Amino acid sequence: MSTSKSRSVPDKAGKFGRFGGRFVPETLIPALLELERAYEEALQDAKFVQQLENLRADYAGRPTPLYRAERLSEELGGAQVWLKREDLLHTGAHKINNTIGQALLALRMHKTRVIAETGAGQHGVATATVAAMFGLECVVYMGQEDIVRQRLNVFRMELLGARVIPVTSGSRTLKDATNEAIRDWVTNVENTFYIIGSVVGPHPYPMMVRDFHTVIGREVRQQLGAHSIGAPDWLVACVGGGSNAIGLFYDWIDAGPRLIGVEAAGHGLESGQHAATLSVGTVGVLHGARSLLLQDDDGQVQLAHSISAGLDYPGVGPEHAWLQETGRASYASVTDSEAVAAFERLCRCEGIIPALESAHAIAYLYQMAERGELRAGEVVVVCLSGRGDKDVAALAEVLGKGDER
Amino acid sequence: MSRLERVLRQARRPLVIPFVTAGFPELDSTLDIVTAIAAAGADVIEIGVPFSDPLADGPTIQRSSERALANGVTVAWVLDTVAKLRALPATSAVPLILMGYCNPIFRYGLDRFLDDALSAGVDGLIVPDLPPEEAREYRQGCQQRGIAAVFLVAPNAPDERIVTVDRASTHFSYCVSITGVTGARAEVQARTVAFLQRVRALAEKPFVVGFGVRGAEHVLALGPYADGVVVGSALIEILEQAADPAAAAAAKVAELRAAADQVGDGAQPPVEERQQ
Repeated sequence: MSTSKSRSVPDKAGKFGRFGGRFVPETLIPALLELERAYEEALQDAKFVQQLENLRADYAGRPTPLYRAERLSEELGGAQVWLKREDLLHTGAHKINNTIGQALLALRMHKTRVIAETGAGQHGVATATVAAMFGLECVVYMGQEDIVRQRLNVFRMELLGARVIPVTSGSRTLKDATNEAIRDWVTNVENTFYIIGSVVGPHPYPMMVRDFHTVIGREVRQQLGAHSIGAPDWLVACVGGGSNAIGLFYDWIDAGPRLIGVEAAGHGLESGQHAATLSVGTVGVLHGARSLLLQDDDGQVQLAHSISAGLDYPGVGPEHAWLQETGRASYASVTDSEAVAAFERLCRCEGIIPALESAHAIAYLYQMAERGELRAGEVVVVCLSGRGDKDVAALAEVLGKGDER
Repeated sequence: MSRLERVLRQARRPLVIPFVTAGFPELDSTLDIVTAIAAAGADVIEIGVPFSDPLADGPTIQRSSERALANGVTVAWVLDTVAKLRALPATSAVPLILMGYCNPIFRYGLDRFLDDALSAGVDGLIVPDLPPEEAREYRQGCQQRGIAAVFLVAPNAPDERIVTVDRASTHFSYCVSITGVTGARAEVQARTVAFLQRVRALAEKPFVVGFGVRGAEHVLALGPYADGVVVGSALIEILEQAADPAAAAAAKVAELRAAADQVGDGAQPPVEERQQ
């Protein structure tokens, strides 16, 4: 793992510019300091690095293919579209890159119990999976509304031996599941490791989760190189918390490609029902970090909305807020109906059923093509962060109604 | 000497510090409840500023926060309520401490919030998700205005961390009795006492204890080892259920106060003598 690459951010205090940090109850401070130390030590330990490499290759299925989507390229007017197939990983999404790494840390730190929050259920499944493999007790917090939307993943987690705890407070989605997971951690900090599922939370999580996902962008570099492509023109990924996007972007931050994160515009930005934190959010503190946030004038966190449970989050990783503020990355948004349309298009023209989250990134390509931004011959890499099996039941309902689109 | 300093220095028994959520159970109950518990013997009163995502709170205080927000409570409303309490004879002299999460405070504007808190008559602040590392400006702003910045000490803190928090707190610290969120628990754990003894050995400033402190028996058990006890969730439960919340809360505070007086009869020296 080449995470020894020199890092400009975050700094020692976990800050990405004015974002990030460690805004948590005091009980978690010793745990976060211990985690930070354990992580730094692990990176220096050749055995840990080798174990991570092996599990990525033999258990998760890395490297994932970089697939040139010919028919999609044609449909979009001739730009070369490449799909980074994170959907082909074990458990069906990029999330396992991170859960393998954090579970190895949990073992190193002699924790016997792991907990996680989950929205779409992909991170919950990825956590339950590694917990089963390592023989760790596993508890997953999931919003009641997401449990209804993502029944299949709930069943998968239970099959894997995890206990799924429904969260009925607040909006009953990912935000509240995260609150509940943090409360569990505060209570059981002695024996419990909190496996956060995105590049959010207090330092060192945004850095650590990022590092575990940077393998995505590194592989893209090698794989394009094998086709004699030095650098792509565009990197595009969906952003909820932002883990697959940062994983794709990170290796290219000092290089040429334009980086585009695509948020969920839900029913439309003007409707007030969306999850477009970077597009319209304001600076605030949620779940232990200062970042951008959907909030009202009194600093109360607002409900997010997206058809995709994995993007339905009113916060975003602090590094994305920083990348936006420095102008290095740009962030756009697509609506529920645009995402559903892109979902269907990818099914039909490439034979790939994407996760609704990833369909947001695909949908943005259509926006770019319409505006003439995507020129023939340009190279675009899209992170296909997960597969869509989990969304099929919910989609059947939406598509069945027809008029909702 | 400020209201808070006077109370802290002169106490010869553990201070009784009830916690109530602002605007709970109804918007117009707060003035009645706070004046009633002040009259019943509260030494300091902690008023919760509700937040949508109260990470450090258990189900009881979460519920009260949700209800308060639904009632329309805002940061400005809480400050206005404190100003009204200051104008009432029953509460003009009792130290009032606000407990609130950092996001609503930052959103209001840190300096503006501290200015308005000072002019409303707020004596201190507890911000449970703002550890000393993130609190440089906040602490400085509090100090400049003579508002107490109260930081929390956790039972899993190594000794050097206890020292850090004690030095960061401007007047007193708040010890969290057990690892966990707020909420009433039936028994006092022996290790809570051991923790408080460890803090006593390391701290220069007074400290209070809270989280899971339910009633008179806890005041008797923990009171001898701390300078004050905070009772929150148990009181919120009473406010939720009682037909006359102010009277019921006052009765509860009177019980706590009687227990604290009993501890005081065990001749605990006042803080100022202990520090000499």
